[in-house]
Amino acid sequence: MTVIRGIEPPEDKDLGTFWDGTRAKELRLPTCRSCGTTFWYPRTTCPSCLAEELDWRAASGTGAVHAVSVNHRPEKYAVALVELDEGVRLMSNVVNVDPDDVTVGMRVRLSWEALSDGRHLWLFEPEG
Amino acid sequence: MRAKAAIAGVADAASPTGDLDLRGQRLQVAMIREALDDAGLTIADVDGICTADPGMGAMGLAEHLGVRPVFVDSTMTGGSSFEVHLEHAASLIAHGQAECIVSVYAATPHSDRRRAREAGGGGGGRPRRPGGLYPGAAWEAPFGLRMPIGAYALAASRHMHEFGTTPEQLAQIAVSTREWAVKNPRARFQDPISIDDVLASEMVCSPLHKLDCCLQTDGAGAFVMVSAERAPTLRKPPVYVLGAGTCTTHSIISQMPTLTTTGTAVSGAKAMAMAGVTHEDVDLLMLYDSFTITTLLLIEDLGFCPKGEGGPFVEDGKLGPGGSLPTNTNGGGLSYTHPGMYGMFLVVEAVRQLRGEAGDRQLDRCDVAIASASGGVLSAMSTAVLGTEATL
Repeated sequence: MTVIRGIEPPEDKDLGTFWDGTRAKELRLPTCRSCGTTFWYPRTTCPSCLAEELDWRAASGTGAVHAVSVNHRPEKYAVALVELDEGVRLMSNVVNVDPDDVTVGMRVRLSWEALSDGRHLWLFEPEG
Repeated sequence: MRAKAAIAGVADAASPTGDLDLRGQRLQVAMIREALDDAGLTIADVDGICTADPGMGAMGLAEHLGVRPVFVDSTMTGGSSFEVHLEHAASLIAHGQAECIVSVYAATPHSDRRRAREAGGGGGGRPRRPGGLYPGAAWEAPFGLRMPIGAYALAASRHMHEFGTTPEQLAQIAVSTREWAVKNPRARFQDPISIDDVLASEMVCSPLHKLDCCLQTDGAGAFVMVSAERAPTLRKPPVYVLGAGTCTTHSIISQMPTLTTTGTAVSGAKAMAMAGVTHEDVDLLMLYDSFTITTLLLIEDLGFCPKGEGGPFVEDGKLGPGGSLPTNTNGGGLSYTHPGMYGMFLVVEAVRQLRGEAGDRQLDRCDVAIASASGGVLSAMSTAVLGTEATL
């Protein structure tokens, strides 16, 4: 597992369901019960209709690289926007591959990295 | 709102060393004094204060200046703050709510770092991102997204993928901009560069090289706005606000609806419609160039070429001196100055060109200029169309 430079995300207690999901290595996506929109990033209110009744469903964990940039200093790693098959786009890293080999359109799947408090960070690696 | 308000005075400060002697409020005051003097006005005329300083910025600045304004604006949208101030001020003046509004900016990151080094500190470091509600703390920062360049690099990556835009085409923007900087004795960098120089410069966040990135220098500026009735009675030829528009699509880059289309598609169309100008009418583009990709996206989103064709469009050097679409004639954020929030300098250079005060870089004909800025990470986009008396 490649350890990426970066700070651990603050844990917003209002998003307990989401963070608990990462403890179980499950990326739970919020879907609005009122309008049906699945959205990212997790928040307590639907950004399409402002409803607060949400269902949290585990993502399939697969998707494709939408855009990628290789950071060169102080260490080299691939920062990518990944579009999940559920249609949402999120920031992540593509690991377990030479950063220069990560391309737009590349199929990727979830690869979890442990945080210090039992939570996990959602990274991606090439599929197959 | 068209041509109801005018810019009557401007000032800016920058230096080839990257350092300015003054800083903080003294630098702000120097800019305000200079811009008022440019207009033939005094601080006693001012009844509106705009600044992007944090907190209740405009209140503190007004108190420092001894002004009791009827309009304060501390809107902070990053680099586009001053175009947003301009839009607000033009609207207020058009409605008779205020008579004389000043917007000011001063930042000295270059000399602040030097002073911190000399004081034995750690070199000043990068300014911290705002905490609290800033969503990037949870959803972007953990992945080592370098700000702001990493965000722009992702937009460049997507543009290249969708449209086949090349590193050479982006580099041409840096080359053309440098050609203008050669003509600006205050520019930080005044030596010509080639596409090869850009491509050979350090890769920072692919696909962006060091020379695809703006400078970090000290810099400051101010502008003064009055009504269109009053402007012709003042010291300098009036520069009228013909149109303005702003559109904010996101805060953090992972929330940008379409990575290759910015809110400028909205702000630009609105500003140009209000101004009643077509693309053929525009003599000068002053476009935010935090990175080469920023300029490319703005050219497309303003409609100077179809979406995706920005690369081939800029390839022939048309943005540079003698080209058909003069752009960033001061040398831009890439080569003139960039203290962190560059939008002030777009307005100041546009005014100087429209007045015929731009020295060696003066355009033969300049009656209509567009100043279009980006704030945040292609987030808060604001466009102003400015014109001379000939456009009334």
